[in-house]
Amino acid sequence: MKIKDVAKEEFITGSLSCAGCGSILAVRLALKALGKRTIAIIPAGCMSAVNCFLPQIPFRVPMFVSPFAATAAILQGISAGFKFRSIKDINVLGIAGDGATADIGMASFSQAIVSGMKFIYLCVDNEAYMNTSVQSSSTTPTGAATTTSPFPDTMRETSLSKKNLFSIAVAHKIPYAATASVSYPLDYYEKVLKAARTDGPSFIQVQTPCPPGWGFPTEKTIEIGRMAVKSGMWHLLEYKDGKVRFTHVPKKRTPLSEYLEAQTRFRRMRPGDIAHLQSMVDKQSILIGME
Amino acid sequence: MGKKSFITGNSAVAAAVKLARVGVIAVYPITPQTPIVEKLATFVSTGEINSEYIRVESEHSALSACLGACMAGVRPFTATSSQGLAYMSEILAYASGGRYPLVLANVNRSMCPPWSIWGEHQDSIQQRDTGCIQLYVETAQEALDTTIQAFKIAENPTVFTPVMVCLDGFHVSHTEELVEIPDQNDVDRFLPPFQTSALLDPDEPMTLAAGASGRQYMTWRFQQYQAIQTAEKVIQEVDKEFEDIFGRGYGGLVDAYKCEDADCIIVIMGSFAGVARDGADMLRLNGLKTGVLKIRAFRPFPNQVISDYLSSAKTVVVIDRDLSFGNEGAVCSEVRSALYGLDHSPAITNFIAGLGGADVTIQDIQKVVQEAIKITSGTERRIIFQFMDENK
Repeated sequence: MKIKDVAKEEFITGSLSCAGCGSILAVRLALKALGKRTIAIIPAGCMSAVNCFLPQIPFRVPMFVSPFAATAAILQGISAGFKFRSIKDINVLGIAGDGATADIGMASFSQAIVSGMKFIYLCVDNEAYMNTSVQSSSTTPTGAATTTSPFPDTMRETSLSKKNLFSIAVAHKIPYAATASVSYPLDYYEKVLKAARTDGPSFIQVQTPCPPGWGFPTEKTIEIGRMAVKSGMWHLLEYKDGKVRFTHVPKKRTPLSEYLEAQTRFRRMRPGDIAHLQSMVDKQSILIGME
Repeated sequence: MGKKSFITGNSAVAAAVKLARVGVIAVYPITPQTPIVEKLATFVSTGEINSEYIRVESEHSALSACLGACMAGVRPFTATSSQGLAYMSEILAYASGGRYPLVLANVNRSMCPPWSIWGEHQDSIQQRDTGCIQLYVETAQEALDTTIQAFKIAENPTVFTPVMVCLDGFHVSHTEELVEIPDQNDVDRFLPPFQTSALLDPDEPMTLAAGASGRQYMTWRFQQYQAIQTAEKVIQEVDKEFEDIFGRGYGGLVDAYKCEDADCIIVIMGSFAGVARDGADMLRLNGLKTGVLKIRAFRPFPNQVISDYLSSAKTVVVIDRDLSFGNEGAVCSEVRSALYGLDHSPAITNFIAGLGGADVTIQDIQKVVQEAIKITSGTERRIIFQFMDENK
């Protein structure tokens, strides 16, 4: 598909999200892909707390601000309810942050996949608790400064890798899972469409750069997201019919230092830390078959 | 006419869920609740009900899934006990705050530690301020009938508040009684199809549970307060209507036994009310005019009704199967508050008993009333702990 094929209709207008917010862009694109007959469950986090304070209601689809840990359980309940009523033409969409998915909502996320119910679970991953001003989550990458990761804790062995939600979803034999980036909108958009066509649970983790949380100018969101993929810090993957594949592979990986130096969150990293992280990315790129 | 069957309190609740044509049942096991959801699984297997039966990984998720079912326009049900109810606590408040008309059964069980699976009221009492209606039942029949009534109360548009049906672990949940199971047609006549204002409908898009500040927040809470106050009237009306159709009523908010001429009234909730009545009868044989006031609705708390019944008594004994640590039994505090300001307040004794499933006997009742009548001042606070005098 081409960018002109993206739906014109808007389902979120007048959002109070920060300038350059990657997450609101991911939500906007997902709702365009899914259309009017979609209901959204959004737990505590930037997408609900920033956007859904009366009288400022930007969503043009039905939406429920859910308890933090309950996204997937509510999706399961709605799907069961729709099944009971034989309603099949409504997309049941969860939009949860990385903390709401990888941390507090992990148990219900896992169980909802096991249930086999039909829903789309979208994790907008800005790699920390940004709504409460940058606290570390289990998807915060190695070396990133947050207000709850005292240096040099960020470089400790235990925090060397971002929790791999994609692999966790795949381990459940979920019918469809993908990783995506707002900086690759068509790749992401097509994945949302595939998720909607899936008979059963589907999961997409979309990386959404966050200017205030990551420390870069607001006009650089797309550029930073591209740098993440080009450097091999983030991958565009898909799991379907029991197979994992790359939907995009950078022609030549760029040095990690370029990505790290473009953001203030990595500024506490020492040269040795950067070299260490680069060697990890190099190893991982081979391990996962990217190179 | 219904048919009579020898069943437990848990089976009675399951029978009510079946009769209420529940659409989504969210399930997580915990003793002593588990037989309810096991029975419902059997109903699904045999095709007796067509509900969606969903297993979840926690009680937190069980009630969350019920919220989801509500928003899909379907009547949900879940059941829990004790630690499970505590784990659900966040969603109890979410459900009442969002005005979701859902019903759950709580099979009352003690809180741990010390570990105990046996009955007491601490689990639901400590959820008192989550904004849910709480109805306590005495028998398996009352459990069945109250569960059916609970749907009608919760789904009344002036109420739209979750209802928790509380039945005593083991004494009700696992004890078989002869129970009349109502006829499906009668229940269909009594209970209208599910309704809620909290719908997620693409044709009528709404944002639910949005943020509110200051004045809006206060308005929201005031409406919630009004709704649960209104429930006091609705509970009575629904019980009356139930009695008209099924021939069984439970007094609405309270059930009074020989209270009219009583000098001493025992106030109690749940299954031990029967023991209290036997105790009262024994005391009457000895010339002490004793009555029993069973509280059915703990939230909303029927202050006026309770005050009316107790105001002419000289002595009141409140039996609590719970304890608000640092004060006294929670029911006792509520009763004390209901009686505040009367010209001649009865003297109140609080009997903390039946915790961790401890049996309360007719002798216990007689003994505590004999102690209580020694106090004549209405202002003295007296707490007696079951068994604790044995150590003296």
